[in-house]
Amino acid sequence: WDYRRALPYLAFFCLFFFKMEFRSCCPGWSACCLPFSSCYFLTLPDKMKIKCRFQKAYRRALDHEEEALSSGSVQEAEAMLDEPQEQAEGSLTVYMISEHSSLLPQDMMSYIGPKRTAVVRGIMHREAFNIIGRRIVQVAQAMSLTEDVLAAALADHLPEDKWSAEKRRPLKSSLGYEITFSLLNPDPKSHDVHWDIEGAVRRYVQPFLNALSAAGNFSVDSQILYYAMLGVNPRFDSASSSYYLDMHNLPHVINPVESRLGSSAASLYPVLNFLLYVPELAHSPLYIQDKDGAPVATNAFHSPRWGGIMVYNVDSKTYNASVLPVRVEVDMVRVMEVFLAQLRLLFGIAQPQVPPKCLLSGPKSEGLMTWELDRLLWARSVENLATATTTLTSLAQLLGKISNIVIKDDVASEVYRAVAAVQKSAGELASGHLASAFVASQEAVTSSERAFFDPSLLHLLYFPDDQKFAIYIPLFLPMAVPILLSLVKIFLETHKSWKKPEKTD
Amino acid sequence: MAAAMPLALLVLLLLGPRGWCLAEPPRDSLREELVVTPLPSGDVAATFQFRTRWDSELQRKGVSHYRLFPKALGQLISKYSLRELHLSFTQGFWRTRYWGPPFLQAPSGAELWVWFQDTVTDVDKSWKELSNVLSGIFCASLNFIDSTNTVTPTASFKPLGLANDTDHYFLRYAVLPREVVCTENLTPWKKLLPCSSKAGLSVLLKADRLFHTSYHSQAVHIRPVCRNARCTSISWELRQTLSVVFDAFITGQGKKDWSLFRMFSRTLTEPCPLASESRVYVDITSYNQDNETLEVNPPPTTTYQDIILGTRKTYAIYDLLDTAMINNSRNLNIQLKWKRPPENGYIHYQPAQDRLQPHLLEMLIQLPANSVTKVSIQFERALLKWTEYTPDPNHGFYVSPSVLSALVPSVVAAKPVDWEESPLFNSLFPVSDGSNYFVRLYTEPLLVNLPTPDFSMPYNVICLTCTVVAVCYGSFYNLLTRTFHIEEPRTGGLAKRLANLIRRARGVPPL
Repeated sequence: WDYRRALPYLAFFCLFFFKMEFRSCCPGWSACCLPFSSCYFLTLPDKMKIKCRFQKAYRRALDHEEEALSSGSVQEAEAMLDEPQEQAEGSLTVYMISEHSSLLPQDMMSYIGPKRTAVVRGIMHREAFNIIGRRIVQVAQAMSLTEDVLAAALADHLPEDKWSAEKRRPLKSSLGYEITFSLLNPDPKSHDVHWDIEGAVRRYVQPFLNALSAAGNFSVDSQILYYAMLGVNPRFDSASSSYYLDMHNLPHVINPVESRLGSSAASLYPVLNFLLYVPELAHSPLYIQDKDGAPVATNAFHSPRWGGIMVYNVDSKTYNASVLPVRVEVDMVRVMEVFLAQLRLLFGIAQPQVPPKCLLSGPKSEGLMTWELDRLLWARSVENLATATTTLTSLAQLLGKISNIVIKDDVASEVYRAVAAVQKSAGELASGHLASAFVASQEAVTSSERAFFDPSLLHLLYFPDDQKFAIYIPLFLPMAVPILLSLVKIFLETHKSWKKPEKTD
Repeated sequence: MAAAMPLALLVLLLLGPRGWCLAEPPRDSLREELVVTPLPSGDVAATFQFRTRWDSELQRKGVSHYRLFPKALGQLISKYSLRELHLSFTQGFWRTRYWGPPFLQAPSGAELWVWFQDTVTDVDKSWKELSNVLSGIFCASLNFIDSTNTVTPTASFKPLGLANDTDHYFLRYAVLPREVVCTENLTPWKKLLPCSSKAGLSVLLKADRLFHTSYHSQAVHIRPVCRNARCTSISWELRQTLSVVFDAFITGQGKKDWSLFRMFSRTLTEPCPLASESRVYVDITSYNQDNETLEVNPPPTTTYQDIILGTRKTYAIYDLLDTAMINNSRNLNIQLKWKRPPENGYIHYQPAQDRLQPHLLEMLIQLPANSVTKVSIQFERALLKWTEYTPDPNHGFYVSPSVLSALVPSVVAAKPVDWEESPLFNSLFPVSDGSNYFVRLYTEPLLVNLPTPDFSMPYNVICLTCTVVAVCYGSFYNLLTRTFHIEEPRTGGLAKRLANLIRRARGVPPL
């Protein structure tokens, strides 16, 4: 029973791969001459360097592409440029247009589209190559992995310092998420609140989650809770005759409510809660104030890794001639705008750093641009690899320190599987296959956690060697003392008797 | 940690029609009721029922939206494909002989029985996961339910709701008699109620009064029911029931008038706005014939008569949704008062307080002629502190003899006597009239064998410790301080040795 399979030790370094394809419809341009390096390093706070590599491919624009690029506006060009097949994850197509083209507004030099395409204006200048090269690098970096995205993803694994504490932590990577929308009505005698949550979920949330489906399984629920109060008493502001919640009170709001929300009993995925609070008649209208004392425009706030809360004030006109309770129909468009924006922030899909003189297109109807999904998958893959590696390393260190732990065959096979998945994921990242790298990294995390948290590891843990001594010594030591002493006496006597004949001789 | 979110940077294109369409009408309803039943022994039983009916199909996977039906239970039904779930926590035992038949009795401890749908492939695995999840929801140790205390009844526990076919393979039943009910189990149970102890009948559910009872049982029942009389579609019904029996002596201090305030230390202030029906029923059956025995205040406006559990009963109805009964200025406090004490006589009981006062039980009873009346008291034996035991603890402890004082009717009427004139044996007890005489009888004292600890254990421990210490220390001391001196080998018989001993004692050199 006391054998341990040998576990492999692994070293892990990461290499990213990013494919860019140039299609030019300007005469005389050749991307091979563009002088930007195809390999650069991202530096993270722990002096960890991650190597990113570009692969460039260049060709002239085809006829239909030229025709599309000479249309009036960028949106039309996008529509006409719709590729028959989706571009692979992790790739980018850059179109070069001539300096005088009217596709972009006159002062804009580049454009980032919603579907992994970008348009860059070429110029005739002495320093043309350098300038265009810089612009392309800026566009590419805006649409791909940057240091802050990586740092936010690895926030759990990097040492705490001032730099990382300021970053808002996105949700931890998990196989799936459960999203719950709750309507809190603390005063059902005054407000009879109705919300068409089914339709809103179907129209607004489900398309967004379908776009994000590569990142995990999502399930959506909703509920209405009555007599659920916020734990904080709002203060009255006589200037605007309204109630307000200070920014310092906001962290105390969540805890009393959370006990009513009902943690998900039926699934193991982390839960994101979105609460819509209709304040009671005595505390209407209620506004949230930011640190300057001004009411927040959306009247909502979110807490990283937990969810968001929005306060919905009932229009005072509805109280006029009616008897209590007043029927309130919630405007789901306004509510879903806020909740979807909070959902994006919770996932860490932040605003990209748009380079100067660059036009950023509006999002698609689902609310998510394709290259934003790529960034999310990259960040998640890195986080998964870091988690899996940390878990396996901790397991190895634990085994080194405590020699009493038994490693069974299935635990060992999980460890091997985790290591293989980590290596596969790193390899796929290096060759640019983002989707399979992400799947492999998820598998690595699952296998490593299953190996580390296996209950059979603790089976014989609490029988260390010093306890064995502690049991047997009180019994044998007192018995052994006279025996030892008599042995010593015998030895001394024989020694003396040997010496005596020598002496007399 | 929390931050307000400026939306100015982000523009979302939300296509689709404006989200102003009206929501569907609510598809669930709540009814609550409380039944107050005065029991023949002077106690009062109160039964709460909160019923939520949800007109929905829970079987399809997908998004689920909950309003009055609690989300935790709805997710359980859809995840584990339940058809019926019955879970109860009980403390105490319903004494049918004294209290009458119960509406719904539950065994002492925790009981869980579940019918699964036919689509479930591995019933045992689902049963194990379900009991673990329920133990988390209700803060109870239901995770101890495993194959050693689960059975599959083949004939009883048929489904209480709608059922097409009953293959008992999908039924599981388990009881944990050791499970103790306390406030920790009541709080999550109350959280499942839509009005959640803030309005309506759930205001009365205060833990400190509810657990000060002889019988406390709370249960959750989920089953599918017909939506209408023709049974064209199915709804889910969730019933949460709570039954308590207030003891006349422990709670009522022996007095036989009850009110809601006396029982629950609360009165009803407002109805639950989410309930479509909210009523209090008071059982006025046996006291309806002669109206003077039981008085109910405020007087009921409507009554309800029906055959319940085999007998005809009459109930007084108080409707909380009726604004004449209860509004912002008036609370509803239903009072029951016995005008004439019931036939059982007078009982005075004073419980004991440890090391302060003993039990006192006084009863005034009428003994029927030619009969035997038995009075029995249950008691528990407890351990005393070890200094409080007498030197002969195994003899037992004495319970003082009982006293019976009676006015025995005289066969022959006696004349009242003058105190000074009559002989001494006739003037022991004062006699008011000649038709009966006073007698006081005593029983034997009762010798009770209480559990005694083993008083020899301290002695054993001391002996063992002293032996070990003495052996160890003694050996060491011996070894360390032993000195050796040469001794002549003895050559001589026993007599010579004895003579040497005597010589040594005399101080004379030995032989």
